Amino acid sequence: MTMERVFSGLMGLFSLFLVYLAIGYVAPIAYDPIGPRPYPILIFSLLALLTLVIAFRPARFTKALDLGYNKVVVRNLVLCVSALLIYSLIFEPLGFIVATALMCFAVGLLFAGNPIKSLIFSVVISIALYALFDMALDVILPRGILSGIMG
Amino acid sequence: METFDFLMHGFSVAMLPKNLLIALIGAFIGTIVGMLPGLGPINGVAILLPFAFALGLPPESALILLAAVYLGCEYGGRISAILLNVPGSAAAVMTSLDGNPLATQGKAGIALSISAVASFIGSTIATVGVILFAPLLAKWAVSFGPAEYFVLMVFAVTCLSGLVGDQPIKTAVSALIGLGLATVGVDAVTGIYRFTFDSVNLSDGIQFTTIVIGFFSVSEILIMLEKTSTGRKVIEQGKRSLFNVKEFTFAFGSMIRSGAMGFFVGILPGAGATIASAMTYASERKIAGDEGKFGEGDLRGLASPEAANNASACGSFVPMLTLGVPGSGTTAVMMGALTLYNITPGPQLFTEQPDIVWGLIASLFICNVILLVMNIPLVGFFSKLLNVPNYILIPSIAAISFVGVYSINSTTFDMVFMVALGIFGYFLRKLNFPLSALILGYVLGELMESNLRRALSISQGELSILWGSPITMSLWVLVVLMVFMPIIRKLYRKRFKKAA
Repeated sequence: MTMERVFSGLMGLFSLFLVYLAIGYVAPIAYDPIGPRPYPILIFSLLALLTLVIAFRPARFTKALDLGYNKVVVRNLVLCVSALLIYSLIFEPLGFIVATALMCFAVGLLFAGNPIKSLIFSVVISIALYALFDMALDVILPRGILSGIMG
Repeated sequence: METFDFLMHGFSVAMLPKNLLIALIGAFIGTIVGMLPGLGPINGVAILLPFAFALGLPPESALILLAAVYLGCEYGGRISAILLNVPGSAAAVMTSLDGNPLATQGKAGIALSISAVASFIGSTIATVGVILFAPLLAKWAVSFGPAEYFVLMVFAVTCLSGLVGDQPIKTAVSALIGLGLATVGVDAVTGIYRFTFDSVNLSDGIQFTTIVIGFFSVSEILIMLEKTSTGRKVIEQGKRSLFNVKEFTFAFGSMIRSGAMGFFVGILPGAGATIASAMTYASERKIAGDEGKFGEGDLRGLASPEAANNASACGSFVPMLTLGVPGSGTTAVMMGALTLYNITPGPQLFTEQPDIVWGLIASLFICNVILLVMNIPLVGFFSKLLNVPNYILIPSIAAISFVGVYSINSTTFDMVFMVALGIFGYFLRKLNFPLSALILGYVLGELMESNLRRALSISQGELSILWGSPITMSLWVLVVLMVFMPIIRKLYRKRFKKAA
């Protein structure tokens, strides 16, 4: 419940900030009667209003949520998000194959994979996907550190 | 009989060898995606969208692919619902109620085959419905001006809040987030940059694929991480793998009724397959009365939600094709796909792009036949895939999602942004803010604003244009009705409880 309030409250504050930004959107020449300003102000004010209602409404209007968090789950979530973020950052410098193999190995371990099987699978899948996308589907993927070998 | 001619033209488009192959691939992928627990039609369509684009498919082929995936998911969801008691997609929740008891009684083969036929009958009824209703609706909607459109979209958004999710206020928040995300980028009329935070990557707005894949694929990975369940057991098919005539006639009436009802539920914006299957299940249980063994393996209880969820999937194409307002989260994604091709769905689509509209409608028929043929003999093969462990499945989904996003602009920014949206989407889902409303809001956002501004330009700023015509008036009445819908439902339920 607290999490719902905190999360909605943050969304509410951010919406108010966006309303503040939107107030500055004035077009130098009025091309149409209402211009670029009122619509975002309307949307984000409504959003701010509703999220703040959720954040501060009396407890009897809320419904109990079982988030099911424990230490292991939270740790895994953080690790998984980090793996995905790191993957986005190393995608270009290391190239698709190496980066994908690393990500698949890490995420595979988080999903309770056996290390050896995960490792084999990661290498196979990253090469297979590269072949599929880069060669068959014409999606150009970065080669990164393997560009020398792959010519 | 011009409808008939158009339909024949549609078949000539859909029967092109290339499009047939695409339908076949889409149906196959769709069945697998629908079957895998957690992955539903939106995920399937979202992940495939960039590839339809990268392959340089023409818009009608891309739509056929996505439609095949969509229908395939509705077929596939039943497999895991019956064999694992884990619905493969939200719309298959009702299927597991009677499907799994049948499987534990050794009748899995019968359950699988009869539900495939139910799916087929449901979607065929609905496709006929699309052919009958869509052209009429399109003709009527041609007279819509920007004011009518604006109010129609307001209606679509409120309709969602009235029907989806357990708390209307949360659905409204989701829809508003979607509408808000759509305002990011340069304003097309005045050239003012809104909410771009001086980033070049945001000046064109947030990429549609980044939003869809971030919200649906990345958040799904995180959700799945929480329930790394072990020890799933797939039930064997049993002695008989095909139903007999008696069983078929027993469930036939339910299939027809549920198919028709599912179609009409599907037409309503936002009320998708999940609601359709729940509604028909409840009504069939009422019709069966005391003789029914609903919940213990009644064939009617299995056939009706399956017919309904497929019918509503087809029905949700009606508002997308005729009004440019998607009828479900998945059709919202497809509409986004069309806008990537610079095609704005709406009533003009019927006259301007007959290839797309009628090719799509004809391919719904074809996909159904393909899926029926695929789903009865190949069900054994599909159920084996349920044994693929998560440590193989999830990393593959992650890698494909990233490639999909990367393929559009080739920037790392989109990938990081996608992960960020995924985290945000994850929290929204954990706290029961429905994401389908968000995506509908995002797709409608730009259109809603531009129609509002066009309407007010016509009236030179006079607000009364928004409720001046009979159509806008009646739409506003519907909007008010929908806003009060949750309260009406609550009161009705209370009375119902008292009576019982």
